[in-house]
Amino acid sequence: MSDTATALREPWPDLDRQREGVSVGIWLFIASEVLFFGALFLGYAVYRSLYPEAFRIAGAETEVFYGSMNLVLLLTSSVTMTIAVDASRRGMRRTVVVCLALTMLLGAAFLLFKGLEYSADIAKALFPGAHFPLRPPQTQLFWGLYWVMTGVHAIHLAIGIGVVGVFALILRRRLLPIESPAILGVATYWHFVDTVWIILFPLLYLVDRS
Amino acid sequence: MTDAAIADAAVDLPGASYLEAGHTLLSWLTTTDHKRIAILYAISITFFFFIGGIAIGLVRLELMSPRGLFLTSDAYNRLFSLHGIIMVWFFLVPSIPATMGNFLLPLMIGAHDVAFPRLNLLSWYLYVFGAAFTLYALIAGGVDTGWTFYTPLSTNYATGYVIAAAAGVFVVGFSSIATGVNFMATAHMLRAPGMTWFRLPLFVWAMYTVSMVMVLATPVLAMSLLLVIAERALGLPIFDAARGGDPVLFQHLFWFYSHPAVYIMILPAMGVVSEVIPCFARRTIFGYAFMVYALIAIAVIGFMVWGHHMFVAGQSPFANLVFSFLSFVVAVPSAIKVFNWTATLHRAEITFEAPMLYALGFVGLFTIGGLTGLFLASVPIDIHATDTYFVIAHFHFVMVGGTVSAYMAGLHFWWPKLTGRMYSEAWARFAAITTFLGFNATFLPQFVMGWNGMPRRYHYYPDVFQAWHVMSSVGALILAVAYVLPLIYFGWSLIYGRRAGANPWNATGLEWQTSSPPPKENFRRLPRIDAGPYAYHESAQPPTAGDGTPSPPSPTPLPNPPPRAGEGRGG
Repeated sequence: MSDTATALREPWPDLDRQREGVSVGIWLFIASEVLFFGALFLGYAVYRSLYPEAFRIAGAETEVFYGSMNLVLLLTSSVTMTIAVDASRRGMRRTVVVCLALTMLLGAAFLLFKGLEYSADIAKALFPGAHFPLRPPQTQLFWGLYWVMTGVHAIHLAIGIGVVGVFALILRRRLLPIESPAILGVATYWHFVDTVWIILFPLLYLVDRS
Repeated sequence: MTDAAIADAAVDLPGASYLEAGHTLLSWLTTTDHKRIAILYAISITFFFFIGGIAIGLVRLELMSPRGLFLTSDAYNRLFSLHGIIMVWFFLVPSIPATMGNFLLPLMIGAHDVAFPRLNLLSWYLYVFGAAFTLYALIAGGVDTGWTFYTPLSTNYATGYVIAAAAGVFVVGFSSIATGVNFMATAHMLRAPGMTWFRLPLFVWAMYTVSMVMVLATPVLAMSLLLVIAERALGLPIFDAARGGDPVLFQHLFWFYSHPAVYIMILPAMGVVSEVIPCFARRTIFGYAFMVYALIAIAVIGFMVWGHHMFVAGQSPFANLVFSFLSFVVAVPSAIKVFNWTATLHRAEITFEAPMLYALGFVGLFTIGGLTGLFLASVPIDIHATDTYFVIAHFHFVMVGGTVSAYMAGLHFWWPKLTGRMYSEAWARFAAITTFLGFNATFLPQFVMGWNGMPRRYHYYPDVFQAWHVMSSVGALILAVAYVLPLIYFGWSLIYGRRAGANPWNATGLEWQTSSPPPKENFRRLPRIDAGPYAYHESAQPPTAGDGTPSPPSPTPLPNPPPRAGEGRGG
């Protein structure tokens, strides 16, 4: 049974145009997000070029295990998300919902590991302030950026998990037809959050660590 | 049937105006109709315009005496900061795009609505949420950092509600981004059949280019404010010199947004002027293609000049050279636009309705503002004039003489379309002229005293500047009257104004091919589009104020006829 009639929204003249429109819209939003994270990457680049030794010392303290686990989790979640999108094109409702749920689970696991990693960092007093253990003082710049970059990324991921969850519920309750273009937007956002981690990971965990 | 039931039944008739489609407050607060969202924005930004205006009114009053009159210096600092923050982010940035852009973009391209109507409503709620946040911060005590939030004052030393104010601006930034995404997707995907890119009115091009700037620049502001919040609230060193941070990095991040932000303010204004001048000169715009390229060039090159706000911040002379050169380059497309508006007036049949008065005022005042910007783009001159009233005068000429004039031009031009009523032309012309005179009286003295050394943001000043300050403050009073007048005659017109026809100005453009006010779905029957905009040459009728009889909407804009001898005279 096709529900194309209900997938179409005002003011779109037809579903194909709507699908393309959602794509245009989400990619424009991704462009703004690139600039958002880009400002952080610029700060990192500036300070790393100014204080390479401090960044080497500071970067040696990040938890490579947690960072790598999180990379694996997010990459896998992108696989499940891709399967969900493909299944939606074939009208396979149950597969879509299951894959979205798996994506959520993997994202939640990321946040769990992140929480464990943060407590490990705090146990080592790696929060810039009076008790910061490393010298020289510029090591605090690396760690200041670490907290902001991973924190902002985690917030984006949490929002993504929420959106994926709500979307999966809506699909499961057949409030939206499976052909709805909205899944493109959700998936593109998710892949973007994954891509940010792919860039963050080497910058924070692999630099000067051989 | 009760009256209420009859009224509600009218909603179901095809083509009930968008104002009648639902009378409850909830129907307004949950609307996804771009026209209603435009009205919601208009009310919100007008409220903030007057808050920001009252703040600076108090400042100008205080400045009539070199040692102040009734404010502490701390209160003075907080008032000018309030003025800047409110006027930039809660009035100027949303002004034309969120009101006229929202209302007119779908109409001008022949669409039923913007691409993502619910995102549109969300953008208004983000605005309101951010505005409420900032307003709370500013009323609870405010900030004294200026609207520029420079570090380390904002991160380390400022008392006051820096975090709350920055958070409010952070939130309202996402309103901008949402609007930008929506407009670009709308322009790409929802143009009616026959409406090709180069048949679009320049207002649509202006909305498109401004959206590009909003989407790409605003996130950098968001991040720079987030970093200030992180440093101030959590002690995370980003700009802290004691731990190797660089306060100038904040300035780079801040101005990377805030320079394109001024183009966010001027591009829509240019779009409005490009609609008004052809109509009241009865001439097609001169050089349409170059007007388009100029909009794009301003938007793109505008991203490359931010360092001209930092000539004295310790940048290398090489950086100064590059930013100075690019700042000169960005003036070229703006100048092309001024030349083309002027050329549009050549041998034209000009009439001086209020929209035209404001638009012509824009051209003159923007030229002065732009020229003084060029002076400031020259490094040696800027070293003399930076942080003086010369800079204040420059940016008020472009933002107030420019953008606010254009906003008023557009408000008057499209008022009949939005409301179905005509305003009082006599009072509107009086207000326009008073605005022009009051504006010049306020800001011309500021050029003089700035050049002679009067610093900006100073509470106390040397006696020698008092005469100029008094002149400026009296001008500000005149300007205030001129801004209050429209509230009165527009409000009056809503109740007693003559009903406007579909096209009271005899203008071209799709928005005039539907009733005033438009039905909820915009067009009862979409006109066929097979010609470009501004087909004024062959329009024999001059603009007339609607006399209440609805003019029949013409189905298609007429194509340009071959030129005949004596064409355009004595129509």
